[in-house]
Amino acid sequence: MKRKEKINFKSASGAAYFFLAPAVTAIFVFFFIPVIAAFFISFTDFDIYALGDLSTLRFIGFNNYIELFNDPLFWQALKNTFYFVFAAAPLSIAVSLGAAILLNSKLIKFKGIFRLSYFIPVVTTLVAVAIVWRFIYHTRFGLMNYFLSLFGINPIDWLGDPDWAMPAIIIMAVWKNFGYNMIIFIAGLQNIPEDLYEAASIEGAGGFQKFKSITLPMLAPTTLFVSIITMIGFFQLFAEPYIMTQGGPLNSTLSIVQYMYQEGFRWWNMGYSASIAFVLFLIIFAGTLIQFRLQRNAA
Amino acid sequence: MKKIFLYIFLAVTSVITLVPFIWMIAASFMQDGDASVFPPIFIPDPFTFVQYEVLFERLNVARNFFNSLFLSVTVTFISLFFNSMAGYAFAKYRFKGKKQLFNILLSSMIIPSQVTMLPLFLMLKSMGLINTYMAIIIPGLANIFGIFLIRQYVMAIPDSLIEAARIDGASDFEIYRKIVIPLATPVLVTLAIFTFLGTWNDFLWPLIALTDNSMYTLPVALANLMGEHTKDPELMMAGSVVTIIPVIIVFLVLQKYYVRGIMMGGVKE
Repeated sequence: MKRKEKINFKSASGAAYFFLAPAVTAIFVFFFIPVIAAFFISFTDFDIYALGDLSTLRFIGFNNYIELFNDPLFWQALKNTFYFVFAAAPLSIAVSLGAAILLNSKLIKFKGIFRLSYFIPVVTTLVAVAIVWRFIYHTRFGLMNYFLSLFGINPIDWLGDPDWAMPAIIIMAVWKNFGYNMIIFIAGLQNIPEDLYEAASIEGAGGFQKFKSITLPMLAPTTLFVSIITMIGFFQLFAEPYIMTQGGPLNSTLSIVQYMYQEGFRWWNMGYSASIAFVLFLIIFAGTLIQFRLQRNAA
Repeated sequence: MKKIFLYIFLAVTSVITLVPFIWMIAASFMQDGDASVFPPIFIPDPFTFVQYEVLFERLNVARNFFNSLFLSVTVTFISLFFNSMAGYAFAKYRFKGKKQLFNILLSSMIIPSQVTMLPLFLMLKSMGLINTYMAIIIPGLANIFGIFLIRQYVMAIPDSLIEAARIDGASDFEIYRKIVIPLATPVLVTLAIFTFLGTWNDFLWPLIALTDNSMYTLPVALANLMGEHTKDPELMMAGSVVTIIPVIIVFLVLQKYYVRGIMMGGVKE
């Protein structure tokens, strides 16, 4: 059986290349070449003049990266993005896990309806919901301050106060994204063998103890996966501040991607912008490696 | 007792999750000014379509709606075709360089798409394709995630089926079209939803690659409109409804496939 398969498929490798050609060509030309080109552009002074006349383009070595290192606005964008990722990612993962555990409870019927309502924000258009939330955060007429006023909390200038603008974006991002990871956690929870819990019950373990010594360790691979995709996604923060705050007030919500966009496509400092894109890539790469390492050490 | 508490908690949090949408829909049917009152109201009085009239008659949003629909459908079909062929090749063929190619593709999934945007812009500009539909279609022709999703699924199709067709004299392409595609329909539907929603919802690349209002997709048109209408929540909510409702409908109809896709693991938006 195995031998037969080998012979037949080997003769058909021409067909394999035929099937691969369209997709691989497209990915090569419109993904790999741009990645390599971006790398080279990040070592040039590609700007609006080079856009008109390529002969003005010069290689400037690491100058863009050095300039970046000394650019307070870049550090601000970096700081804001880290603030966002390190607050929103754990928060949204915790909410996802909580929702998944509740919806996995055997006491509950109509799970489909609850799951659906938690999930709806995930599929909706980010730009449109960012616009909705911009009005929700309106200081005088917004739903958020109205809701808080029911508990006697004074109005907050969510998007106008540099201390509140990022928390506002974090709350919105958690709301928008937790449903996605919730689904993955539900799948993970369903893979935990029931008899583990039964055995623990017999030995007299309480609910929290079971959560700590069965649920969490058994979910560790799921959690790693969820943390990595959430982190990668959140580092690319762009539309929320673009729509809700334009990066303000006082650059308190300016993100790395937004800074890259502004430098590259508003001021046409494309060399500089490419170096920002590469720093983003390095950060995401390092973040992924670190999470793998942490996971391995914990196991 | 515990059960009742659980139900109340789930119901309350579900409503809180949906309130932004409820208010969005309500406000879109209000006349100017009615969404800017304290306390906020949820029932439009009077109920009016005036915001939608402004959107479609004065602001020509139908054109943006068409752009979004056309691009999302086109990208979905082309990428489904390309990805499914490549996924099939990875699943069922042996060829030289397979492992290397596979690993290169797999490891490059970590590269954020923003890295490619500057050179891609320059490339498309030199081809005269900026501000055309091609500027959106080209980067969406194929994607690595789609190839892997299909490969995963097609690997489970028994070799014996393919063998039998081959003995009956079917060509490689016939096998792909008449055996692999029908059997892989569930995963193709899943990938179709992801691609459709991803293209419809995409913002940064269309914002860069489309420069004219008549070419804008809905999210870009909406963002642009927001700049001029910060004081018109009713109008902006109508625009948001027009953008979001098609997505919600697609999702509701095909949610089974969507959820399954997430569970198959590793989905990037």
